Amino acid sequence: MKDDKYYRDEEPENNPTFEVDRRDFVKLLGGGLFIYFQLGEFLTGVAADAEQQRSVPSDYNAFIHIADDGKVTCMIGKIEMGQGIITSFPQMVADELDTPLESVKMVMGDTELCPYDAGTWGSLSTRSLGPVMLAAIAEARLVLLEMGAQHLGVGKNEVAVENGVIFVKNKKSKKVSYGQLAKGKKIEKFLEVKPKAKDFSEYKIRGKSFNHADGVAKVTGQAMYSGDFRMPGMLYAKILRPPSHGATLVSADTSEAEKLDGISIARDKDLIAVLHADFEKAEAALSKVKAEYKFDEMKVDDKTVFKHQLEFPSENRVVKSSGDIATGKSNSEFIIESEYHNSYVAHAPMEPHTALGFMEGDKVVVRASTQTPFGTQDGISRELGIGLDKVRVIAPFLGGGFGGKTAFRQAIEAARLTKLTGKPIMVQWNRQEEFFYDNFRPAAVIKITSGTDKAGKIALWDYHEYFAGARGSDTIYDVPDAKTTSYSARDVHPFGTGAWRAPGNNTNTYARESQIDRMAAKLGVDPLDFRLKNLKDERMIGVLNAVAELFGYTPAKGPSGRGYGIACGFDAGAYVAHIAEVKVDKITGKIQVIRVACAQDMGFCINPQGSIIQLEGCIMMGLGYALTEEVKFTGGDIHTNNFGNYQLPVFSWMPKIQTKILDKNEAPQGGGEPGIICMGGVIANAVFDAVGARLYQLPMTPERVLEAIAKVK
Amino acid sequence: MAETIQFELNGKKVEIPLEKNQTLLWALRINFNLTGTKYGCGLGYCGTCTVLMDNEPVRSCGILMEDVAGKKITTIEGMSVNGKLHPIQQAFVDHDALQCGYCTPGMIMNAYGLLLKNPNPTKEQIVDGMEGNLCRCGAHTHIIDAIESASKKMKI
Repeated sequence: MKDDKYYRDEEPENNPTFEVDRRDFVKLLGGGLFIYFQLGEFLTGVAADAEQQRSVPSDYNAFIHIADDGKVTCMIGKIEMGQGIITSFPQMVADELDTPLESVKMVMGDTELCPYDAGTWGSLSTRSLGPVMLAAIAEARLVLLEMGAQHLGVGKNEVAVENGVIFVKNKKSKKVSYGQLAKGKKIEKFLEVKPKAKDFSEYKIRGKSFNHADGVAKVTGQAMYSGDFRMPGMLYAKILRPPSHGATLVSADTSEAEKLDGISIARDKDLIAVLHADFEKAEAALSKVKAEYKFDEMKVDDKTVFKHQLEFPSENRVVKSSGDIATGKSNSEFIIESEYHNSYVAHAPMEPHTALGFMEGDKVVVRASTQTPFGTQDGISRELGIGLDKVRVIAPFLGGGFGGKTAFRQAIEAARLTKLTGKPIMVQWNRQEEFFYDNFRPAAVIKITSGTDKAGKIALWDYHEYFAGARGSDTIYDVPDAKTTSYSARDVHPFGTGAWRAPGNNTNTYARESQIDRMAAKLGVDPLDFRLKNLKDERMIGVLNAVAELFGYTPAKGPSGRGYGIACGFDAGAYVAHIAEVKVDKITGKIQVIRVACAQDMGFCINPQGSIIQLEGCIMMGLGYALTEEVKFTGGDIHTNNFGNYQLPVFSWMPKIQTKILDKNEAPQGGGEPGIICMGGVIANAVFDAVGARLYQLPMTPERVLEAIAKVK
Repeated sequence: MAETIQFELNGKKVEIPLEKNQTLLWALRINFNLTGTKYGCGLGYCGTCTVLMDNEPVRSCGILMEDVAGKKITTIEGMSVNGKLHPIQQAFVDHDALQCGYCTPGMIMNAYGLLLKNPNPTKEQIVDGMEGNLCRCGAHTHIIDAIESASKKMKI
């Protein structure tokens, strides 16, 4: 089939809308074998935003389709945002089915063509969707083998399959291809009992490295992102935005804008948009709209936010508890209390939120840069008061997501405006809008009281997490008396917050690993030895030993002056450990990260190169929240509005990066997020090792580094 | 009669009506439907919209069309010839120097401009030359490797 939504050169001319419904799609694919399989139980356990939850109908099926030419189409509701499942999923499909890798094509993120999926987040594609899909494919393979045996007139145990061709084992010339078998036949089969998928020992394509399958499309500019689609009569919509969160529109005068050539105004309750065929003309016209607001601002800013959070009435729950805190206190030789702060950070994908809405009869179709096509479909349905069958959402390539594109305001806007006007409407946020409406990673406070006994074992761990999110707040260390309490409250933030790559875990790992480091320093022992001594989990010990070897680490008590930091953690089913080397300029307070080594145990790794690239990406991206990234604001007024006042990592920051993915025949785990969780902690610990100064707030700006150094003196 | 401007776009002479305040970025994306050049920030900070103007890498979001008259513009779509990838494009594929791919066209165009000026750069010079192009996915090390390798294969 044509992947019109992915690649420009395959865009059908004069028919950019690619109007097909599911019935037509089946026709388009031709005759073939369809395997349906149940997704339900694997996805119901996934924590979804309330916004995105919808009741799980019984027909949540995923498809694999084998056409008469042997081409395999794999349809999943996940999206591709650079994480690389467009490369690794065909590896899994081809390997399980015994069909050539190049015969497998992905169709992703289309609510009409793909089975329901809650969203692409949490590094869940491979570890959660993978096993379900593979079980179905295993069954497909068996069904095909039986059909092949029948076709060849032999018993089902007498045939085998290679490269999509079934043959008689003792007479290889007697053969029939998957395509030949599937041709003209449509066999529907619900899987009551899932057959066992292949064992690791049978893998041929999985475990090998492949370059990004979409590489050529992306280096030629042919890869299609939401903003790249064009339709006859398409108008850009620039929407009137409040100056701050907490501002309510009182009145708007659009008369000056209306006078401009080619401009029209669309107004739907609070939504006021200036429309023009040209993005810049729409933007210029918007500046002519006069608007008045009333303000109800929260009295908080980026400096007072932590005090605000601790004073804010909140609910708490005990995430985990073992033993008794009072006992832990009495068993402790010494006790350390710390308070760690983490700032709001932005997702800042290079592609801002974008959506193109258009009507197909009475159906609203939206091509949107979204991590959650089905959640977006649900949101549009609710917002417009129309049935899900009247809404189709298609996610083409995403120019980055990192959790930020689980929010889909722009798609709702496009849907509302296209419904209102009947015209194709492109809502392309500019960078200012992207910062303003981003659901930031929440600012947070972590308070820890911990102690060690005479033997140097951690005896006490009392952990309080305020508004970071509980992911990663567990004590990964072996502590008899430990308690983790999580605090949350509605409306504590003056603007939207949400999931940011490994949500919660960046803040929690930073705080925990800093505290561990403090304890090791207080004891006067090497921080790696201290960790190893207090860990029981063999896989965590495994990654720590692996990273120490990779880095060439030699033990020393901190601060050693070498600028070496260690941190480890657990996220998305995977274990990670990092060692960083930094230089700290004591005059300017500037941190230079020289080297970062990382070992990861993610179970069996489908595409090692792809996973290493994700790890490297985590390390580079993580430098940002560790060193510079911080959203500045006063109440709902967000001062951060472009890359001029929000510093992302750049080329000159590149440390030497060393990575190792442990070779494991265990269930595959997440790979898109774990590598980022240690970056705050590992650099903070390295800074301490370099200059003896402890940083209690991220990002570690030169100013904060100098303050911390001054406190040492 | 509306005023028009002429310039060379990916090797072809083109002419469009001159629109006051129109930038090269949006002329490319809307008038010419060349959407490989991406919008990233609109203020020249990120480099996703980088194209070559008379072989100089420029931020197309900050170039007014009136300044494009008579110039030679090269975009990502003009890099491959008859389906054969330019050595820099090929190096980005070979080195897997991308993730989401949104910054990639700007990276390649900026690298091309860099190599046109300095065909044999050191790694430090490449890093320095690419400093203004942002990549949020963190493909940095692969991008530098790709450019270094392309510089060795390119004959300019």
